[in-house]
Amino acid sequence: MSSVFMPVTASTQAVQTDHIYYVLLAFSVVIILLVTALIALFSIRYRRGSKAKRGALPPIMSKEFEIGWTSATLFLALFIFWWVSSSQLSALVAPKNALEIHVVAKQWMWKTQHSNGAREINELHVPIDTPVQLIMTSEDVIHSFFVPAFRMKKDVLPGRYTETWFRATKLGVFHLFCAEYCGSEHSRMTGRIVVVDKDAYARWLAAQPEGDDLAKEGETVFRARGCSGCHSETSKIHAPKLNGLYGRKVQLSDGRTVTADEAYLRDSMLMPRRDVAAGFEPIMPSYAGILTDGEIISLTAYIRSLSGNEENSQ
Amino acid sequence: MTDVVINGELPLSREPSYLGAGHTVASWLGTTDHKRIAILYAATITFFFFLGGIAISLVRLDLFTPAGDLLSDDTYNKLFTFHGVVMVWFFMVPSIPGTFGNFLLPLMIGARDVAFPRLNLFSWYLFLAGGFCTLYALVVGGVDTGWTFYTPFSTMFSNTHVIAAALGVFIAGFSSIATGVNFIATTHMLRAPGMKWFRLPLFVWSIYATSLVMVLATPVLAVTLLLVIAERWLHLPIFNPDFGGDPLLFQHLFWFYSHPAVYIMVLPAMGVVSEIITCFARRRVFGYDFMVYAMVGIAVIGFFVWGHHMFVSGQSPYASIVFSFLSFIVAVPSAIKVFNWTATLYRGQIGFEAPMLYALGFLGLFTIGGLTGLFLASIPVDVHVTDTYFVVAHFHYIMVGGTVSAYFAGLHYWWAKITGRLYPDTWARFAAILMFFGFNFTFFPQFIVGYLGMPRRYHVYPPEFQVYNVLSSAGAFVLAAAYLLPPLYLTWSLIWGVRAGRNPWNATGLEWKTSSPPPRENFAVVPHIDEAPYQYHPEGVAPEHVGENYRTQGDQT
Repeated sequence: MSSVFMPVTASTQAVQTDHIYYVLLAFSVVIILLVTALIALFSIRYRRGSKAKRGALPPIMSKEFEIGWTSATLFLALFIFWWVSSSQLSALVAPKNALEIHVVAKQWMWKTQHSNGAREINELHVPIDTPVQLIMTSEDVIHSFFVPAFRMKKDVLPGRYTETWFRATKLGVFHLFCAEYCGSEHSRMTGRIVVVDKDAYARWLAAQPEGDDLAKEGETVFRARGCSGCHSETSKIHAPKLNGLYGRKVQLSDGRTVTADEAYLRDSMLMPRRDVAAGFEPIMPSYAGILTDGEIISLTAYIRSLSGNEENSQ
Repeated sequence: MTDVVINGELPLSREPSYLGAGHTVASWLGTTDHKRIAILYAATITFFFFLGGIAISLVRLDLFTPAGDLLSDDTYNKLFTFHGVVMVWFFMVPSIPGTFGNFLLPLMIGARDVAFPRLNLFSWYLFLAGGFCTLYALVVGGVDTGWTFYTPFSTMFSNTHVIAAALGVFIAGFSSIATGVNFIATTHMLRAPGMKWFRLPLFVWSIYATSLVMVLATPVLAVTLLLVIAERWLHLPIFNPDFGGDPLLFQHLFWFYSHPAVYIMVLPAMGVVSEIITCFARRRVFGYDFMVYAMVGIAVIGFFVWGHHMFVSGQSPYASIVFSFLSFIVAVPSAIKVFNWTATLYRGQIGFEAPMLYALGFLGLFTIGGLTGLFLASIPVDVHVTDTYFVVAHFHYIMVGGTVSAYFAGLHYWWAKITGRLYPDTWARFAAILMFFGFNFTFFPQFIVGYLGMPRRYHVYPPEFQVYNVLSSAGAFVLAAAYLLPPLYLTWSLIWGVRAGRNPWNATGLEWKTSSPPPRENFAVVPHIDEAPYQYHPEGVAPEHVGENYRTQGDQT
């Protein structure tokens, strides 16, 4: 529900966050009333020249008293921390079957892309009651993807991926804001989240101008940008093969081991000398400034598809 | 005037007051007297306070309408950046330490000056140089990064005068460090005979704890700003991810200073309020030891909570949980202080002169600011409200409701000591009450609109947020009016005010045992201390009636 004091509640997380908010609010009101009441009471009763009894402090107002309320406050703080954090831990990781959507932020626009390649600008259609995972990166400065109705916010950084997820519970159109200050038109970097029912989403997706799906698009980029010259099965150049690479552990030439995830693949395209796979010469040139973020996302999707586990991501 | 020791009073000096010790400009600009340096700081920060205030008044005026008709996007961004930079580094950080710290620390411990008087003057010149450097950035076109200078925006994308602004803050940082070193040395070396650590007034403890934080945290800010300048000016890849840099590194470094900086701003305020509440309640402060431990505890734990500014930044969720835990812990000593101030009122003889009204205002607003800190320490709530007006409201409750209230409390409380004059108390009470209500009108609506989802630093905003912005802007002008009053009646009092005696509030504390205003050397004889502070009544006996109160009548000579 929404009111003049509360934003609309449109995701599972929103319910939880509001719950914590109400409890903290009630707790704060009690403390404020207590402190205000005591100050008001003392101010009136012990105003200068009043007839109230004073004398020495009663023996209960001693060091033990002080230790008592210190411990009580500490215990209360620990309890609230425990209660809040335990509800947080369960929501940390997106469900396995989450719908994956890529987000690229730039000054001052949001570009979103669905798994079949359909793109939107400053808008995102999502189905209701479905976990949706956002994989986000920025082309320039730090932005932040903020949907108040979902109580969800995550910074979007250049040069790396950040992830978050939500499960919408209400049909409608909701605000999307950029919450991290990003320059002149920061306050105009807004958009709409459109939550539709599952059938409508399928229909909407089908009606989009048929972009190739991401992996297919990546395959085109793979050839167009010359990646296939070294990395294809038939190439004579000694370069790592990409079949089955995604998600595997990769031994590096300096002895470290990394998992070939999205961040690693991105780094390998843009900074190939940083993490050289063991047994290969560092001969790959950097593609920084050549590949756009959109192309990197497509290439990554293509490489993932070569591992044949596209559904089973993350 | 007398030079006979009566009733534990010190003989007064026959020397002219520090104000009468020279009337030339050179006698001010070349002074090494801690009291005159305090006045120099006061004049400078007042200038910056009103400058920052004008900037934010324009912002609030613009926010009356959702479309932001008054200003362009870039002007709006430059104005809130200017407000933040000026208010944080050129008003809040030096406010209470630079003025009351300088003026009172030597007086309160029975010293003739700070440990390094020339370093003290030098630190004011550094502050001035930093201020002018940052003002230069404004005059030639402004800065639009926000006071936080987040990378890579500040280093690679902003087309404004980031280097000049950052350099100004960098220079002012050295002023902080020099002041901190000076106060630490002063507190250690120059306490009068018998002034043991646990006989120090709480204000001295607060300045001491603040100085430790200044000395330990500010160098990190200096390094961080240098890195920003290096990347922006020399194109060294530090935060730029295209060359393997890390934009998040900046946030870690920045908040490693800027969170402790919150305590640089609020600890001295706690010290001021402790002095005033005891004086106007005519009570010993409740739980003196705990007040000291709480301040030191806040100063120490304050260094380990910086990550709570970064819950949505992409830092590890496990790190976030640790920072959340520590943030809940740091709330405890603050809560203890609120309870102790409240308990100090119990069985007092409470008077409601202007300083006490400001101090009680502090107590209420600081409590709200502290409690909303718990919301922000809770990760799920913080994810929703970080970078919204909820955060803006929260830190203004701490910084403005807390520190600025305490600054005005201290200004009124020690005005008689500093200038030797009394201000019109009715006007002062009126200003205090107006300030309290103006403040709440301005900032309380921001909690609501923040939770509704309005991001901070937004020039245009959806129309459903307008009602709260109108309330907030209207309140801001009430608040601005309240801030204009004290300069008027305080200036009036300099000429027409009644002359104050040495101790118009009838307070304890060494600063009240010398004349108002004090002579250059502070004390005619070195005081000897043989009791704990705040002896408003003998041990174990609280007075039933005003007449029985120990030290009731203010000294009128």
